[in-house]
Formats: sequence, structure tokens, C-alpha cells
Amino acid sequence: MSGQEKQVPGLLGGFGAIIRRDLLLAWKRPGDVLNPLFFFAMVASLFPLAVGPSPEQLMLNGPGVVWVAALLATLLSLNSLFLSDFEDGSLDQIILSPQPLPLLGLGKAAAHWLLSGLPLVLVSPLIAMTYRMPGDIIGVMMLSLALGTISLSLLGAIGAALTVGLNRGNALLSLLILPLAMPILIFGARTVSLAAAGDPVAAGIYFLAAYCMLALTLAPFATAAALKISNE
Amino acid sequence: MTGLLSGKDLCLLRGDRCLFQQLSFALNPGELLLVEGANGSGKTSLLRGIAGLLDFETGHISWDGQKTLDDFQGFRLDLVWLSHRVGFKGELNLLENLQFESALRPSSMQKTEAVIERLGLARLTGLPFRYLSAGQQRRVALARMLLAEARLWMMDEPFTNLDKAGQSLVAELIAEHLTNDGLCVVASHQTVEIDAPTRRVTLQ
Amino acid sequence: MWRFFHKLASPPHFYGLAARMIPWFYAAGLALVIYGTVAGLFYAPVDEEMNDGFRIIYVHVPAAYISMSAYMVMAIAAGIGLIWRMKLAHAVAAGAAPLGAWFTFLALLTGSIWGRPMWGTWWEWGDPRLTSELLMLFLYFGYMALRAAIDDTAKADKASAVLAMVGAVNIPIIHFSVEWWTSLHQGPTILKEGGPGIHPDMLYPLLGMILGFTFLFGALLLARVRTEVLQRERRSRWVRNLIMPAGEAA
Repeated sequence: MSGQEKQVPGLLGGFGAIIRRDLLLAWKRPGDVLNPLFFFAMVASLFPLAVGPSPEQLMLNGPGVVWVAALLATLLSLNSLFLSDFEDGSLDQIILSPQPLPLLGLGKAAAHWLLSGLPLVLVSPLIAMTYRMPGDIIGVMMLSLALGTISLSLLGAIGAALTVGLNRGNALLSLLILPLAMPILIFGARTVSLAAAGDPVAAGIYFLAAYCMLALTLAPFATAAALKISNE
Repeated sequence: MTGLLSGKDLCLLRGDRCLFQQLSFALNPGELLLVEGANGSGKTSLLRGIAGLLDFETGHISWDGQKTLDDFQGFRLDLVWLSHRVGFKGELNLLENLQFESALRPSSMQKTEAVIERLGLARLTGLPFRYLSAGQQRRVALARMLLAEARLWMMDEPFTNLDKAGQSLVAELIAEHLTNDGLCVVASHQTVEIDAPTRRVTLQ
Repeated sequence: MWRFFHKLASPPHFYGLAARMIPWFYAAGLALVIYGTVAGLFYAPVDEEMNDGFRIIYVHVPAAYISMSAYMVMAIAAGIGLIWRMKLAHAVAAGAAPLGAWFTFLALLTGSIWGRPMWGTWWEWGDPRLTSELLMLFLYFGYMALRAAIDDTAKADKASAVLAMVGAVNIPIIHFSVEWWTSLHQGPTILKEGGPGIHPDMLYPLLGMILGFTFLFGALLLARVRTEVLQRERRSRWVRNLIMPAGEAA
């Protein structure tokens, strides 16, 4: 046993294993995935109920409402991203593993997107139709939501890592993430509005993609640092 | 002091309290480091500091001649950790949990069946982990250590909440690991008797 | 050269040095602010479009500028504290946060007052600077809330440092996105960006105010950091000697 050159199990192996594990866990606890999804649908229903069902208003507000609802639903699911790992000691094992922590953090964010962002993107056309969004706009909406929710998962993982284990960490997480998420919301929602008005959407989509790339490269390192600090 | 694992001039603050300072130790293959002290004296913090889960105020840990701060990955390839929070997911069963472990660190998974058999866990493999008793869960944590190809075992209170049979099993596994040129760091507030060269650190 | 920084990082040395610097900073700051105020209020020409009310830019622009610089100071100090584990740097970050928040609030207040005659309301979402400042205030609140939520000072330092650095990276992005967003909706803006040939009689008082505010911020920051240092090092010998000098009857 002593003194041999050890092989770390493949890098992608660790990344993939964390995603698989979280997907398996979600399979055994479907509520974790469904609850935020229902929340998304309910928030989107609040506006017509509160503001009135006039078609012009619906069409005008549709993109914004879908985006805000997606943002809130994502925040809801972010709260518990690291919570169970922190509480049962898995976080200790993950941090002590020879796998690079940023990569494992990226895996958690990826699993989160698959379980939260992707379902939102897939359900969004249904919501969009209730807001009388025409079919071609829905395509732009789904693309913007896909890029935006990926960025949110990456950014939100940092916030979740910073607040895991704190009392009233939930409200704090929202307070931390919302200002940082504003650019995503702004570009995402406005791009869809522009599409609805027939204006070019390239700028918005490029921005969302660029932000996504930035988050992909930087966020995992911040998440890893935050996890180590919170786990002390 | 030199050894495969060594700590030099360690000082740890917790809030305002200084838990310990100018603490040094060295450990070689085949040796057991026993960290003793009453509850709250800082044993867990010392172990977590050695493993790298928290930072010391001063001093550093060395593994194989290199500061662990400079080469975390190398150190962690040879490290496996056990504490009372066993670090397994309650919804997954035993095998699924150990499967995940094999992706985190080098493990000899072909020994899985034998290890499960030896630790008396054979009939529990299909159950969700949370249905296992505390003693059984601890034995799965021991399985993790047996499967990991790590020279350094770090165990925080491995004997607590175990019956006599459980405690002697832990002692037997530690002794075996030490005979195979492994190292072991154990924190315990109870007296521990293991037939192996033992160094002690006592915290106030 | 390194020796200078090394000494600077030592809390007792900083404590003494800061004490000597503060009065100078206050003096310089007050002098510049007085110059800027007098020159701006009485001697600067009135802009054709706006009336005398515009003179509030002499407070608004410096406050906004400081609100952003303070965040950068905070983020850089926090980063130094996190990477090089310098405790004093963390104290600087902790001290800068509430100051930055107050300047941000001041910028919002003066911006709102300024815009009121033009907009007819106290708030205009279409103004990019005002909206950016609001998000800035939320960033400060988040930082201070995170600090407050963590009991252990060292842990709070590190966690908030990560947050500050993430925020610093996002600030230019936030500004850019708000600009883009408001440019789509042609709303009235307060300050025409980089208007060519801003009258020197307007420019110099403005620069004076900005510089003056910077010195005042510096003085306030040094004072706050001194307090932070005292609190963090309250158990050390040099602080005890300050409170009860050796040789004096207790």
C-alpha cells in the first residue's frame, strides 16, 4: 500500500459522479424538483389574477413575468443546494477528496441546472402561451431562459455556499444573489420584449452567452472558496 | 521532529479562545497518534486542521516532506476521514453511497464485497442508508476506510456510541492498518488501548 | 520598500500612523469641500437647460464616485486579506462597507432631489445612474448582512471577502446592463455623459469636491479602521497598554 503513485480517479469521473449522485437523490425525492416548478407556475399566475387579464397587458408583461418567476423559483431551489451535504458530513468528504473542489462545485451547479433550470425552460412555453406570446417569440424566450438559468445556477451556487449553515440563510441568499443577478434578468427579459416588438435580439443573446461563459470560468472557484470557508 | 506526517508550531484560535499553541508532533508509518483531552478541548479542531478543513493561526502540516498547503492533492490522495457525521446520503443505499466514494478518491472497489461481508453489512446493502442504526452507519464509514487506498486514517471519536463488539472491531481495524505500514490519527476522550507504537498529544 | 508594507500591516503601527494622518486628511478634505461648495454655488455659471437646482451635482457626483470607489477599496482590501491572510486588510474592508453605503445613500438622495423638478416624481427608473446606485446599495447591504450573520469574526472576514470580490467583478456588468436597459427606453437622464467642453468654472469646483470627498472618506475610513483594530485586537498586549499604560496605578 505504501509509496505507490496514486491515480486520482478521472477528473471527469468526479464531475460526472456528483451529477449522477444528485440526479439519483432527486429521483428519490421528486418534491425537490417539482416544488420549485409549481412555484414557478403559481407566481406566473399571480400577475393576471392581481393585475387583470386584459390581453394587451398580458402580452406586454409576459416576458418580464416569466423571467421574474423563473428567477424566484431558482432562488427557492438554490437554498438547499449544499444544505444536506453540509449537515450529513458529505461536504467534509467532498472537500477532502483529491478531486479539485472547483470541479466538484461545478458539478453541483450543473446538477442544479439539470434539476431546476432545465425543467423551467421546458415548462416555460406553457406559461408563455397563457400570456399570449406568439410562437416565434417563445423560441427566443427559451434560449434566453436556458442561458440565464445556467448563469443563475453558477452564480447562485456561490451564494448557496456562502450561506449554508447560517440561520435565516434563505433570506440572506436572496439578498446576496438578487443584485448580482440583475444583469441576467435585465438582458433576459428585455431581449424577449425586443423580440416581441420585432427588434433584433442578437445583442441580448450575445450578452447572455458571454455572461454564461464568464460565470462558467470564474464562479466554480468562488464556490470552492466559499464552501471551504462555510465548512470550517 | 520529522516524520511522514508532522505538524510544527501549530496554534489555533476559536473566536477569542486560543485552543492550543506551539503544538508539534511527528508520525511515522505504523504509528498511532492519539489526541486526548476532555470534550471541548479542541481535539476535533486539531484533526480538522491537520486534514486541511480549517486553517491554523500559525504553523503548518507536512506530509512526505512537503507542506500540505503547497500540495493539497498529493496529501489528500493518501487521506481518509471519519467522524460522527458519517458523510453518506440517507436516501441512497449502501452500495450507491460507496459507489460515489470511488469517484472521489482512489479505491479498490473490487474488494467491496469482501469488506461488506467482513463488517457484517451483507444483509443491509439494499436499504436506504438512513434506516441503518448508528453502529451500522459507523461500520459503513469503516468500509470507506478499508476500501480507500490511503495511508493516513484520521478518525474523530471513532469509539463513541459503539458497543463493546463495535469498539473492538474499530481497534482491530486500526491495528491491522498500522501493521500494513499505515498511519492513524485518532481523537478520543475515552482511554484507548491499541497494541501499536503510540504517540500522544494531550489538549487541555 | 517591503519593510514599509510589512510595518504597515502591523496593527499597532497602523493605529499610530493613522492617528497622525487623520487630522491632515480632514483638513485637506474640508478645505477642498469649502472651495468646491463656494465656487460651485456662487461662481459657477448656470447651465442653459437647468436652473440653480443643478448645483446639487456638486454633492451628487462626488458621492456617487465615492460610493463606487469605496466598494473597490473594500473588495481589494478583502482580497488582500483573503489571499495574503493580512488581518488589517480585513479590518479595512469591514470599515469601508458602512461608509460606502452611506455615500451611496447620499448619492441616491441627492440624485432624487435633483431629478424631481425634471421628472415630476422622486424616483425615475429610467435614469441609469440612479438605478445603478440603488443596486450598489443592495450590494453593500448584502455584504453587511453576511458579515452580521456569521458570529466568528475570522470566518465572517473570509466569507464576506469572497462576496466582495464576486460583487466587484459584477459591478461593471451591472452598470453596463442598466445603461443598455435605459437606453432602450428614452428617459430623461440627469447628467449628460462626458459633455464636450464642460465649462472650466464648473469643472474645477466639481473636481475640488470630488477630491475633497475623497480626503474626507479617507479620514473617516482611517478612523473606522482604528476602531475595528482596537476591537479585534482587544486582548493583545499593545491594546491593554493603551488602555492601562504600564506603570500607572490601575
